[in-house]
Amino acid sequence: MFTVISRLVHYGLKDFWRHGWLSVTTVIIMTLALLVSIGLIIFNVVTKQTVASIQDKIDISVYFKNNAPEDEIFSIKKSLENLSEVKTVQYLSSDEALEIFKENHKNDPTITQALGELNENPLQASLNIKANHPEQYASIAQYLSSPNLNTFIDEVSYQENHVVIERLTAMINGLNQAGLFLTIVMALVAGLVAFNTVRLAIYSNREEIGVMRVVGASNSFVRGPFVLQGIFAGVLAAIASVLISAILIMIGFALPSLKFSLSLLGLTGTYQFFFSNIFVLFGYQMLFGTLIGGFSSFIAVRRYLKN
Amino acid sequence: MISFQNVSKVYNGNSVALEDITFEIRPGEFACIVGKSGAGKSTVIRLLIGEAKPTRGRIHFGQYEVNKLKDYDLPLFRRHIGVIFQDFRLLPNKNSYENVAFALEVAGRPQKEIEDLTPQVLDMVGLSDKTFNFPHELSGGEKQRVAIARAMVHRPEVIIADEPTGNLDPFHTWEIINLLKKIHQLGTTILLATHDKEIINAIEKRVITLDHGRLIRDEEKGKYILV
Repeated sequence: MFTVISRLVHYGLKDFWRHGWLSVTTVIIMTLALLVSIGLIIFNVVTKQTVASIQDKIDISVYFKNNAPEDEIFSIKKSLENLSEVKTVQYLSSDEALEIFKENHKNDPTITQALGELNENPLQASLNIKANHPEQYASIAQYLSSPNLNTFIDEVSYQENHVVIERLTAMINGLNQAGLFLTIVMALVAGLVAFNTVRLAIYSNREEIGVMRVVGASNSFVRGPFVLQGIFAGVLAAIASVLISAILIMIGFALPSLKFSLSLLGLTGTYQFFFSNIFVLFGYQMLFGTLIGGFSSFIAVRRYLKN
Repeated sequence: MISFQNVSKVYNGNSVALEDITFEIRPGEFACIVGKSGAGKSTVIRLLIGEAKPTRGRIHFGQYEVNKLKDYDLPLFRRHIGVIFQDFRLLPNKNSYENVAFALEVAGRPQKEIEDLTPQVLDMVGLSDKTFNFPHELSGGEKQRVAIARAMVHRPEVIIADEPTGNLDPFHTWEIINLLKKIHQLGTTILLATHDKEIINAIEKRVITLDHGRLIRDEEKGKYILV
């Protein structure tokens, strides 16, 4: 058994080397396919970050009437927190709201003076609510409009903002769907290109496979070196794709003009993401490369193993 | 040792390649299958090595009933045979040594045995000085000698040669025929398919003559007689 395996590995390596240009072109095409795959991973992460940052900017606020007792507000906060749609609820008392307002307008003498002339705090206590998903704001707003809560609530910001929220929600959903569609299509293209390259490489060896069979080689003895060559090509392509990506990203973020364009496109997170996850990405590339290389060879050789 | 019993082969339902062929080859024999192109020589060989299945009839090789062998049985069966082709069929990315050693490696022979046997056989076919040359660096005659070395290195019971001299000049033709005679003298059964009249008439061995897929003559020490 050991003798057979060592012969297969020996032949796999030797044939890979002796096939020369055929091996080189296979590795190049597989590297291109793997660059698409690494690009897709980065694209997905960056899209998710962008979507999350948009999503984070969406919220609704509930403003309470000035006579609403604080313990009632806290019980409403508690009941909101119990809703499955709600992610966080933040309470802002009228005093805190005034402090923030003053801080924000300390350089505007008209407003400071106007506030001083008022005898009481004109700002209302409020709850700031963030939902798990943007679609859920409508149902939260509906919950807040129930008659037993209405007694203390003066206003819910959803009424004014719901057009913007719905538009943003549609945009986020669109981005997610487009991302998924693009990922599936590009991954399929990359996979098929790599698959067909390996198949073509084996097609050019089909007569050799026939000769091996006539000499009495078993299917596994014929197939082994070819599958190993596919795996070698996958490993080399994985290494090359990670190195090329690293170089491209470093160049992209080193040139000021490119860096500016990248930041406009919201791609500033790419550098950080790539270099802090480089080993995980390399692992994915190795997995994808060796699987597609080995699997394509296995399927392609099978065709010529009849008779 | 080898027997064809009422064997017919029809390709694509209408092209008759062999029709009701029956013959037997005994151990240690040197038999020639002769006939014009398209007479059915190559079909006999394809059927014998399991590359094709007969439409009717039975083919025996030792304890094997070749027409009943499954795909996965073929490799083991073929290790009992050595085959030589007109187009040499060497592995282009392997040198002479590796091409010959390959026949032993597929059979799982130990490394030591391979290292001993391969140079011996290359020496026997007169190619010691071309051990590490690749097929594209060899002449036609040399390629065929490597193919013979590969066919005999695992000591098969039978060597089947399908037009082994078809691509060679007269000088190299005799070189190959003499090698086959030498291997035969060492006890191996030889089945030689050819349409070379000179060879058949010179070697004076058994001649099985095929014409349009039919066996028309089977003679000990026969001659090439075809109208």
